[in-house]
Amino acid sequence: MAETEAAMTERGRQLGASPTGRKQHLVLDVNGERVELLAPVHKTLLEVLREELDLTGTKHGCELGECGACAVLVDGEPILSCLALPIEYGAPEHRIVTVEGLAGAVPHPLQTAFAELGAAQCGYCTPGMLITAVALLDADPRPARATIVDALAGNICRCTGYVKIFKAVELASARMSG
Amino acid sequence: MMRLSPFTYLAPRTLAEAADLLAEHGRQTPTMVVAGGTDLFPNMKRRQQEPKVVIGLRGVPELRGISTDRDGWTLIGATTTLAQAARDPHLGQQYPALAHAAHAVSTPHLRTTGTLGGNLCLDTRCNYYDQSYHWRKSVDFCMKRPESNPAAICWVAPGSPRCWAVSSSDCAPVAVALRARFRLVSAAGERIVEAGDFFRDDGIEYLARRPDEILAQILLPPTDRSWRTVYLKLRRRGSFDFPILGVAASVKRGNSTVEDARLVLGAVGSAPVDATELAQSLIGAEPTTEAVDAVAAQAYRGARPLDNTDLNYAWRKKMARVYVRRALADAARLDLHHDSGQVGAALL
Repeated sequence: MAETEAAMTERGRQLGASPTGRKQHLVLDVNGERVELLAPVHKTLLEVLREELDLTGTKHGCELGECGACAVLVDGEPILSCLALPIEYGAPEHRIVTVEGLAGAVPHPLQTAFAELGAAQCGYCTPGMLITAVALLDADPRPARATIVDALAGNICRCTGYVKIFKAVELASARMSG
Repeated sequence: MMRLSPFTYLAPRTLAEAADLLAEHGRQTPTMVVAGGTDLFPNMKRRQQEPKVVIGLRGVPELRGISTDRDGWTLIGATTTLAQAARDPHLGQQYPALAHAAHAVSTPHLRTTGTLGGNLCLDTRCNYYDQSYHWRKSVDFCMKRPESNPAAICWVAPGSPRCWAVSSSDCAPVAVALRARFRLVSAAGERIVEAGDFFRDDGIEYLARRPDEILAQILLPPTDRSWRTVYLKLRRRGSFDFPILGVAASVKRGNSTVEDARLVLGAVGSAPVDATELAQSLIGAEPTTEAVDAVAAQAYRGARPLDNTDLNYAWRKKMARVYVRRALADAARLDLHHDSGQVGAALL
């Protein structure tokens, strides 16, 4: 660590560098709340959400960008939190929404539809599926089946075979538009 | 759990600042630039790459966006995301093969953060390299990331003096076929390189980019409707997977005859393989199934896939013929379905 501390140039310091290993002051907008925390810069958004903010709805899957379990919304678009640095998604420029932020007084229509149709079995992929489907329905309230399949092509489910997930998105879409 | 190793993060606001930081830090410590992070961060988690300083390009607005210049060139900022490139109306109209290649990369989530420049600079891939630290240690580290093993060899070709990791970018073969140029910027100045000269046929030193250079811009030459470029990608699943074969074919047609033709294969070597020489046999005549089949047969003979990516390599070699045939026919506006040629029927 001392080695890279020494490597930090004056210019780097002026630019507000985040030194190796040292905790950084982070301000994030998570589920509409402004949260402040201290975390080293190399902690991923997934790790910060789960370990610092106790938002464990977002799941650890492969942690390499190959499964979609850790998807969260950043500015309305689903991204993988396991490959995101919180320092690049600070408030007020960016808004983060996790699965905990989907329900209001009642569950989100997608959550209700997933529950009703049995679109979750073990449930591990469900938060990522929900987050991704929320973004899809925001952009396209009545998506065709092929559009749903494309949108969820980055979310792996090892239980359901996907059909019930697609149906649940269609059911929620119909209810939300009706 | 796979966590990132600690590093110092720098957030320049301009390209000049980024280049200065890279020069200053790169001299004394392992330093890398990151755009989307969808390639670098998994590699860092597997300890394939361990920069102690990471320079984030996300806050550099001049590196984003798509524009045209007075001479009709299209200029794409290197940190334009793959999702933006895939849905950009101008690219979709003028360079649909590039938009298609961008859309074929990985998954929707990764295209939202992953960038065009990042895909072009994608680390080469290999079954023996894209593994966790402990996996690689257990079989003994290979020469691409030898760690402390002075006798590290290539596990794919143990007798070979070189690394055979595979160029696995979808956009690279298309960029070569389109005769794109890349603008590289460093603290010492900038230069423009041809896409074909940017990639090197070596699994370790796979780019002609110097360590102090940043890929800043992709420049696409003017095109017109006489050209048609097609990209076909082979992979196990329709999503997630890197190409195990990518074929970019470009054909310029006059009224009836072929005026020019290019062919570039991806994911069959450590760099995109420019097989344009083969495709040029189409020039001067009306495109026919027989002529396209002849090119495909030559591409098949020349393809030497190794057993270091997904699926069987002998089958991948066969598929080189099938995909070259389809891509060239499509680029030449030749309808294979209306053709009952024996060779074609046997292949498809």
